[in-house]
This record gives sequence, structure tokens and C-alpha cells, in this order.
Amino acid sequence: MNQFVQLTVNGFVAGSIIAVGAVGLTLVYGILRIVNFAHGDYLTFGAYMAFVANVTWGLHPAFAAANAVVLTAALAVGLEFILWRPMRRRGAGVTSLFLTSIGLALVLRNAIQFVWGTTPFRYRINVFQSYDLGLFRISQNQITVVASAVVLIAGVGVFLSRTRTGKAMRALADSVDLAAVSGIDTNRIVTWTWVLAGSLAGLAGMLLAILQASLNPNSGFNALLPMFAAVILGGVGSAYGALAGGIVIGLATELSTIAVPFQYKEAIAFGVMILALLFRPQGLFGRARVV
Amino acid sequence: MTFVLGAFLSIDFWQYVAVTAGIYAIFALGLQLEFGFAGLLNFGHIGFMAIGSYTMAILIVHASLPMWLAALIAIVTAMLFGLVVGLPALRLRADYLAITTIAFSEIIRIFILNSVRWTGGPQGVLGFAGDYTDFSAALGRRLSSLTHISFDPDRVLLVLVWPIVLLIYLVLRRLTRSPWGRVMRAIREDEDAANALGKNPLFYKLQALAIGSGIAAIAGIFFSYQLLYLSPTSFEPLFTFFAWVIVLLGGTGRLGGVPVGAVIFAVIFAGTRFLEFWPLSLLDDGDRAAVRLIVVGLILIALMAFRPQGIFGKREELLLDR
Repeated sequence: MNQFVQLTVNGFVAGSIIAVGAVGLTLVYGILRIVNFAHGDYLTFGAYMAFVANVTWGLHPAFAAANAVVLTAALAVGLEFILWRPMRRRGAGVTSLFLTSIGLALVLRNAIQFVWGTTPFRYRINVFQSYDLGLFRISQNQITVVASAVVLIAGVGVFLSRTRTGKAMRALADSVDLAAVSGIDTNRIVTWTWVLAGSLAGLAGMLLAILQASLNPNSGFNALLPMFAAVILGGVGSAYGALAGGIVIGLATELSTIAVPFQYKEAIAFGVMILALLFRPQGLFGRARVV
Repeated sequence: MTFVLGAFLSIDFWQYVAVTAGIYAIFALGLQLEFGFAGLLNFGHIGFMAIGSYTMAILIVHASLPMWLAALIAIVTAMLFGLVVGLPALRLRADYLAITTIAFSEIIRIFILNSVRWTGGPQGVLGFAGDYTDFSAALGRRLSSLTHISFDPDRVLLVLVWPIVLLIYLVLRRLTRSPWGRVMRAIREDEDAANALGKNPLFYKLQALAIGSGIAAIAGIFFSYQLLYLSPTSFEPLFTFFAWVIVLLGGTGRLGGVPVGAVIFAVIFAGTRFLEFWPLSLLDDGDRAAVRLIVVGLILIALMAFRPQGIFGKREELLLDR
């Protein structure tokens, strides 16, 4: 019983990071039809930007987070203007954009490796403090991560459901043509989508590095397939779906260790994703339609 | 300066690059059949190569099978995995197939990493190459006495791997120009039309995936004998994308473009490892590894942006994004 509660807590913490990272991935996938394989490397980029602020400049983690948000959003928007928008003008379709994102992922990851090397880094944060709450133990890191993630998830939820820009984003993810016809300035919303995707990716990257108490050039890429699993579970293009999907993947991964050796837990996330694709390609919460 | 020329002119070095290019060419020919002819977005090609390499190594080490039999079983196993993965996955639309296959290849890698008893886990497998080194040494002696040139293991591998590249190329050329190949192209161009004519697209795609996976296993076997050692780090998803760069460089649907793409890729990738002139001399090994992959990434982006049909491809036959 205790083990079950502990794993649920761990799964919820890990899943909340996947959820935060997956929102941008699913919106970009749904709106721009970019299966962005570089999204994991956006996380890595954000984590390193936080590292620079926190360790190199010696700033408080809050400023580190701000640095990660601003610069990762700037990276995502910058790439929209110099790469994705020109590619779309040339009429590039899903496969070309997919392969382009793989090229971009290689460039970003290895540029990071070139600058900072392969040695793992960690933030100047106390990683050893942990609390025994009777039913389960939780570390200071986990509390930081899960508190930040819950605030972010709630914030994203409010933004998408209450603001004009957020509603327009969801409309675009549903159907770009219908959204354009109803008078939404699609280019403006696309730019804001990248701002959102970049900011959340940057923060997710930082949270990931806090949770793992370690950061290397592959950190974000290693989280990419679990994020895709969340996107697919939630239904491509559905931001709420990705949030829920992230939590489900986190829980499934951790709870699977009750039944299978823990070394295989990553394989479980991929297995869940493959099963979802085969049996419910519209996502766990989506309605069946032509996908 | 002498060192610069030394590295440039060293036959051993270029021999190594040529063997690597040959293995890449075989690996990418399998992908070319799958993507260039059947239109399958397989992002998990490396998984099938891993199955080939490890099946052979495990059969030799744990079941003491002779090399040839183990290699044959390895190829058949990879083909069977192609069928098993393809049967459900090929019904998915292209981008989902891509994500499913890369997840499959990661599952394979995680299993290899953790089935320590069979695969040695992170430490890898050794000791499967005895048969091969005997065979290679005997062949080397035979070739030396025929040609009066010395044949070290790398050179023997060189004269083994490229004829296999040629053979696979010729078989695939024959295959893709046969009625079977025409049906395959018809499915790629218009799946519904081919279906209406009574050709079952899934059946043909499965065959392409099975054959492509068998070819990946052949590449895996040569790869094992180039390294004489297998470890899970050699089978990361990155390797699949090397094959994609090679296929896209040579041109989608151009079998002849594959060896050319493979040679270009191997020269960029392996060739930059030892050259010592400016500006390369400023970089250490780790930096070079990063710079090489940055270059590979930029090539991929540039190909997609400016020449999606590759060097030899025709724009009319461009398969991306129909």
C-alpha cells in the first residue's frame, strides 16, 4: 500500500513535467502540422539557460526560471520566422517539416554540447532535503517541481479557456481554415503559440533538471518520446488532453514498476503510446473522427 | 604538414571510411525500399539492425551456432519482427507510423540494455567473432597470394561489404522494376486506386518492411564484424536518421543514389575525425563529434528547404508530402 502511494506520488511529479512540456508540442502539432522532434531540445535549451543564470551568474532560481522562459520563447519564435514560416511558404508538407525538425534537433543538441560539453551539470539548489509524510516521502525537489507544474497547468488551463488568444489557439488547433474564415489573425496566433510552447518547454526543461538533479545535452531529448506519448494519449492538438496525457504517462511509468523490473519503465511509456495509437488514435478523451 | 598529408593519404584510414560507407549503404538501401518505394515513414530502422546484430551474436555465444547459420537466423528474425511490427502499425497514418517505429526501436534498445544475461547489458557482447576472424584471416591469405597485396582484417571486410552492396542494389533494382515493384509504386502514388484494382496495400507494405528489415539485419551483421563488439550505445535512434540523410541525399526512390549518399555521408562523418588542418585543428574530439552532428543536421534542414528531391531525384517523383 505504501509502495503504491509512493509510486503514485512519484508518477504524478514526473507526469506533471511531461504535461507541461507536452502542451506546446501538441498545439504546434495540431496547428502547424509540425511533428516537432526538436521540442525535447527546446527543453534542454531552457534548462541550460536556467543553468547559466543560476550557476554562471549566481542568480536566484526564480530569475533562472525567467531567463529560461524568455530565451526559450525567443528561440521558438525566432525559429518560426527564420525556419518554419519560410518552409510553409515553400509548401513543405508534414514529412518535410518532420525531417526538418530532426535536423534542427541535431543542430540544437550538438550546439549545446559544443558550448557546455557532455559533463552533467546541476543547479545551485539544495537537493538532499526530503520530508516523511507518513504515507510517502517527498523531496524538496519534487515539491518544487510539482508545485510549479500545478501552477503552470492551472495557468495554461485558464489562459486557454478564458482569454481570446487562448481560445483562438484552440480554434486553430481544431481547424486552421475554419479559424481563418471566422476572422482570426492566424499568423499572430501562430506566433503566440510558439511563445507559449517555448516558455513552457523552457520551464519544463528546468523542472526536469531540478527533478533529476542533473542536466546534460540529452536531457530534453530523453523526455521527447514520453511527451509524444502524452500528446497521442490526449489526442493530437488537444492542450487539455496533453496535460491529462502527461499525468497518465507519468503514473503508468512509475506504477508499472510494481509488476515489471524498474529498468523497463521507459519501455512501458512507449508501449502505452503504441497501444493508444493502435486502439484509440483520436486520444483517450477525443471523439472518433477522421484523424 | 606531413601529419596532415599522412592522415589524408593513409590507406588504412580511407579503408575504414570505405567499410563504414558500405555498411551505411546497405542499411540505407533497406530504408530506401521502405520509404522510396513503399512510402513508409520508418523511424525505427535501427531497431531491426539491432535485432540482426544481437540475434547473431547471442546465437553464436550462447548456442554455439556456426556463424553462417546464426547470420541467416538473424536476418530471418529481423524480417519476422518487421511483419510483427508492421501488421498493426502499417494501418496508421504516416506520422503515427514514424512515432510508433521510433518507440519500437527504443523498446528494443531498452531490452538490450537490461537483458544483461543475454546481451551483456551496457557492457555489451564480445566473443562472437571467432568464426569470422578465422574466416577473414583465411580469406585474407588467399587474396594476398592471388594479388601480392597484404590483406588486413579491414581490407578483407572492404572486399566483402561492397560486393554485398552491389548485390542488394541489383536485387532491389530487379525487384522494383518487376510487376511487384509497379504495384508498390502504384500504392505509393495512390493507395485507394491500387486497392480498387484488387491489390492489398497492407500486404505489399508488409513485404517492403520485412525485406527492408532483413537488409537492416545484414548491415547489422557487417557492423558487428567491423567492431567485433556490440553495445547498446551503437543502436540509438540517431543512427536511423543517418540512413534518412543518406536516402534523402541520394534522392528518394533512387536506388543508385544510396551508395553515393553513403559515401558522401561517411566522408563527412568519419572523414573529419582525423584531419588536422585549420580550422579543424582548433577542435578536440568531443567538439568535433558535436560539430559533425551540427553539420549533419544542417544538411538535413538544407535538403528539406532547398532540394527535397536529393542529388539524383526527380521533382515529379518527389514522395515527400503527397
